[in-house]
Amino acid sequence: MAQTVFAPWDDPNEKPLIQFRNVTKRFGDFTAIDNLSQDIYAREFFALLGPSGCGKTTMMRMLAGFETPTEGQILIAGQDMAGVPPNKRPVNMMFQSYALFPHLSVWENIAFGLKREGMEKDKVDARVTEMLRLTRLERFAKRKPHQISGGQRQRVALARSLAKAPKLLLLDEPLGALDAKLRQDTQFELVDIQEKTGTTFVIVTHDQEEAMTVASRVAVMDEGRIVQVATPAVIYEQPNSVYVADFIGDVNIIEGAANPSADGYDITWAEGQPILHVKTEKTFAPGQKCFLAIRPEKVGISAEEPTDAANKVQGQIIDIAYLGNLSTYHVKLADGTMMKAQIANTRRLSRRSLTWEDNVWLSWTDTAPVLLES
Amino acid sequence: MRRMTWFNATSLTLGFAFLYLPMVILVIYSFNESKLVTVWAGFSTKWYGELLGNEAFLDAAWVTVQVAVASSTIATVLGTMAAYVLVRAGRFYGRTLFSGMIYAPLVMPEVITGLSLLLLFIGIGLDRGILTIILAHTTFSMCYVSVVVSSRLVSFDRSLEEAALDLGCTPFESFRLVTLPIIAPAVISGWLLAFTLSLDDLVIASFTAGPSATTLPIKIFSAVRLGVSPEINALSTIMIAIVTVGVITASIISKRATLMQQRDEQAAARTA
Repeated sequence: MAQTVFAPWDDPNEKPLIQFRNVTKRFGDFTAIDNLSQDIYAREFFALLGPSGCGKTTMMRMLAGFETPTEGQILIAGQDMAGVPPNKRPVNMMFQSYALFPHLSVWENIAFGLKREGMEKDKVDARVTEMLRLTRLERFAKRKPHQISGGQRQRVALARSLAKAPKLLLLDEPLGALDAKLRQDTQFELVDIQEKTGTTFVIVTHDQEEAMTVASRVAVMDEGRIVQVATPAVIYEQPNSVYVADFIGDVNIIEGAANPSADGYDITWAEGQPILHVKTEKTFAPGQKCFLAIRPEKVGISAEEPTDAANKVQGQIIDIAYLGNLSTYHVKLADGTMMKAQIANTRRLSRRSLTWEDNVWLSWTDTAPVLLES
Repeated sequence: MRRMTWFNATSLTLGFAFLYLPMVILVIYSFNESKLVTVWAGFSTKWYGELLGNEAFLDAAWVTVQVAVASSTIATVLGTMAAYVLVRAGRFYGRTLFSGMIYAPLVMPEVITGLSLLLLFIGIGLDRGILTIILAHTTFSMCYVSVVVSSRLVSFDRSLEEAALDLGCTPFESFRLVTLPIIAPAVISGWLLAFTLSLDDLVIASFTAGPSATTLPIKIFSAVRLGVSPEINALSTIMIAIVTVGVITASIISKRATLMQQRDEQAAARTA
């Protein structure tokens, strides 16, 4: 490949910027973070993704210094952060509520951290102007936070946290308060700013689409543990567990037993249903319980029996969810299993043939699904 | 607009009469020519002139103002600190006891507070005078300040303080530069409350005042025991005027602040 791919996590010579070493955090008898170790590299856009209460915010607050680990170590740029207060860390945070100072103007909010550093007045001026330009807020410099819109407030919060040029920027659900359209624009803006400034970003979110859009790597969390860390594409295409597959996007899960065959595994899964065939690099013992995960968009749907498909099952359309660009067909198989198939609506609505209660065939190739142990 | 019913009009009249009739009579008789309080002998402002020449009253008024300013300022500092600790310090051993104890003086009979302070001052050999009144007033008004300030702190978004720490403030700087400016309205109204309480306190002041310093309420009370003079009426009218002007000014200021904020927010909505 001519282009170098940004993947410091694959380079054994690269030194991580942040290291979690066997970190455990307990609140009373509740374990928020459970013996977690994770490296994050410079210039990464690292997303912590998970449902509420999975410990992602606790991880971020420990990085910022608002919580201290019960056990284990956190290192930033090789330095142990134990006992270092928030105001002495090379870290800035953008708060979920933005936490803009209501008594100060936009300009003063952005200048706040710089003045604390004892920076000279000219330099403060220059830096604030630069930040205002970066976030396109020049016109609002003199306004108070309550005099600007939600999207502008979000940008002030970002500008304020970036002003001190921290090694690491933490973003706590930064786009939670914005509406869908504005959120999409802002996501690309965030990525753009991250690339321009070269800052390492760690973002906490429960929105999988947001994590997929912005992040170089996504860590999917559950109950204080990281279940999988990988690039968005790997997380989506090769989830390592049913939890991850189910959390990210839509998926059909079929539980069955794996039996080795010539070039993969044959899955027996339900009485009277055809054996499914899957190619995988993982090894399963004969008869081992397994889960076959297949994304709806990788399932074909047709009225006639497909001739060359590796896997095909028959069923009846129960429901059609029309999303405009896509339609999701909910198909009930003979044994009662529900499966989803998603088709891009490349033709106009009137030209499409499938409708409710039609008997259809679902088909997919033997490389489309992922075979999971749990 | 709906017309007022006969019943509502009557209750309103009676209610306001109950509240204000005594004061109206007091104000009217302060302009009485006669020395006899209950006999009207024509309009005059001579009692106001005489009041200005009465050294004893002026001295007492000056002491009262000094005591009120000093005690409300000290009470505001201590009360704000106490409120901050009780709201922010999280759970520590004996927290419930402490927060209960700070509110206890609110319900304590003033006679008991006054008596206990008197015994303390005698015990430690402190001569009664302006200092002891200031200390006594600080003691009882501090808990009012702490109630007002802590109710504001409870609704204060903690992430603002965390943001200040995150941007390089020490905890004290974060309090001075972020928390204090934001809770300032509550601190100011705490101060005003303490000021008013100190201004009109009679019971505690009479326990802790000495021959060297007398406050205005004590002076008025002892003067009235010898007979009500129109001079007292004049003095009371001045005090009513000061309080009225203060209340009206405060409400105009807060009303204008609200209007400004609304206008700003509408402007923001238009440019959004």
